Amino acid sequence: MVDLTTKIGTLTLKNPIMPASGTFSEELAEVFDLDCLGAHVAKTITRAKRAGNPVPRVCEVNGAMLNSIGIPSKGAEWFLKNIVPFYADYEAPLVISISANTADEFAHFAEEVGVPGVAAIEVNISCPNIEDDGKAFAMRPGPTRDVIRKMRSATDLPLWAKLSPNTGEVVEVAQAAEAAGADALVTANTMLAMAIDSRTGRVRLGNVMGGLSGPALKPIALRMTYQCARAVAIPVIGCGGISTVDDVLEYLIAGARAVQIGTATFISPTTMPRLVRELEQELERRVLPSVDALIGTVDNADEAITLAEYA
Amino acid sequence: MPASLCVVPDSIFAGTSRQPSIHEVEARVKTHEWVNGQYRLLVLAAPASVLDCEPGQFFHLLCPQTDRFQPYLRRPMSIYSYDQMKGELAFLYKVTGTGTGAMAELKPGESLNIVGPLGQGFEIRPEWRRPLLVARGVGLATLAPLARECAQLGRPLTAICSARSPDLLMSTDLFRSCGAEVITVTDTDGTSSVENLTALIEGLIHSRGIDAFFTCGSARLLRMLQEIAARHGIGGQAALEQHMACGIGMCQACVRPFRREDGAATLRVCREGPVFDLQEVL
Repeated sequence: MVDLTTKIGTLTLKNPIMPASGTFSEELAEVFDLDCLGAHVAKTITRAKRAGNPVPRVCEVNGAMLNSIGIPSKGAEWFLKNIVPFYADYEAPLVISISANTADEFAHFAEEVGVPGVAAIEVNISCPNIEDDGKAFAMRPGPTRDVIRKMRSATDLPLWAKLSPNTGEVVEVAQAAEAAGADALVTANTMLAMAIDSRTGRVRLGNVMGGLSGPALKPIALRMTYQCARAVAIPVIGCGGISTVDDVLEYLIAGARAVQIGTATFISPTTMPRLVRELEQELERRVLPSVDALIGTVDNADEAITLAEYA
Repeated sequence: MPASLCVVPDSIFAGTSRQPSIHEVEARVKTHEWVNGQYRLLVLAAPASVLDCEPGQFFHLLCPQTDRFQPYLRRPMSIYSYDQMKGELAFLYKVTGTGTGAMAELKPGESLNIVGPLGQGFEIRPEWRRPLLVARGVGLATLAPLARECAQLGRPLTAICSARSPDLLMSTDLFRSCGAEVITVTDTDGTSSVENLTALIEGLIHSRGIDAFFTCGSARLLRMLQEIAARHGIGGQAALEQHMACGIGMCQACVRPFRREDGAATLRVCREGPVFDLQEVL
């Protein structure tokens, strides 16, 4: 019997497979039993109601999806009253994802949503910071440290910082989040992108630009996962382009303690239960006793050469 | 309470029974024929689990990867017919883009991954005794299961089928086989204009006692029906299309604004629809 459990700080997950925020909701319970998952991660909410972006909100490009949904939110009150109780029927811990415009707003919001039934808070710091010219918090270490520190003083719940690939300071941002008191990192959110219909000249998203996700994002998010796992002591949760069990293995080998599945659920809504099953089979096949035995086992003997060539 | 706070129906919480109602399955292509120059009829052998459908519902199809087309997202497609006895599920579709182009290359014996049935179907209310179906183009396919349902319920039915040209008129035989009175109008013979149809429908209201409208496939026809329905106090429903990603209700990509009693509401076409009250559609 393979031990699929994995620890993310104080939380023990029964397996390392969980959904990525924004690609999961109660409706998926009509497809499979959600208790087969390691955790439930809700769509990002804002404190006040938000309408979201104009349509088209999604489009496909080669091997990937672009989205500019725009965090439509029914608000915190509605979420706590209607959505949190839904997940109370499940054993899997509920991770809620929150967004706010400023570090102080994040902190107040974190305090408010710390209700029974919420096991951890994923901090969506890939959203624009209105006090920093609209730049995402997670683009730079300073704003990342500020927002996580303020949230840390506002709540005792585990804080998972969801990092952005839209930065040249991946390691510095990761270390800033850790130093400020984050309990885990999620690497990563979508990559800013765009698409144009060459025939009509029109942009293909209502919001012009949007986030790229799906298999095309995987090598980038895998690289970030590797960089962060080596640079911090807190757990790193890999996220980006995972659709096969090999993708899961790559992230675990790179150092992720768990993984999030996003766009693949849109392509195949049964992806997550399939990956739980296939991960167990694959560990058995490799005669590995546990997920732990695989985490961070990347063979990087040639790394010095690789980095030199890259430079 | 603002309208947008009330849009998620209680039914989403029914998932706690832990019994799946949406299935992802492989279905085998039985036949796949051109019905005219633009439309193909795909008949699948499908397991019983996905055949408990309602007229107006849809499936989310994983179109194949081909040499010419590599669609990434699924494509939503309304059901043309479902038959539990025969174990058959059929789609009548227009070959237009990457997804349907790839689908058109499916051969008998090959497999297609489908997710469904999805969405809220048509509701034939007890007081709606004399329905009129008005559809254009691919909307004719969407209304086909509704015609069968009306026939089963013993509701006398009139169907107005609109198309660009007579060769693109589909489902007319199917509507007739359901006992429907079928009226065809086309652009080429100049009968499909809003003016012409308005006069025709006003006439049918008086002569046939039409008391419900069902429509799909044309924003122009939808607005016309909204006006006629409002004038005569007639109820009805419309099936809508929208770009989708997940098809299940998770991603919020396929939203549209709707008119609700307490103001405008943003609803998901995949989840709260694709069938909506006629007058709610903006």
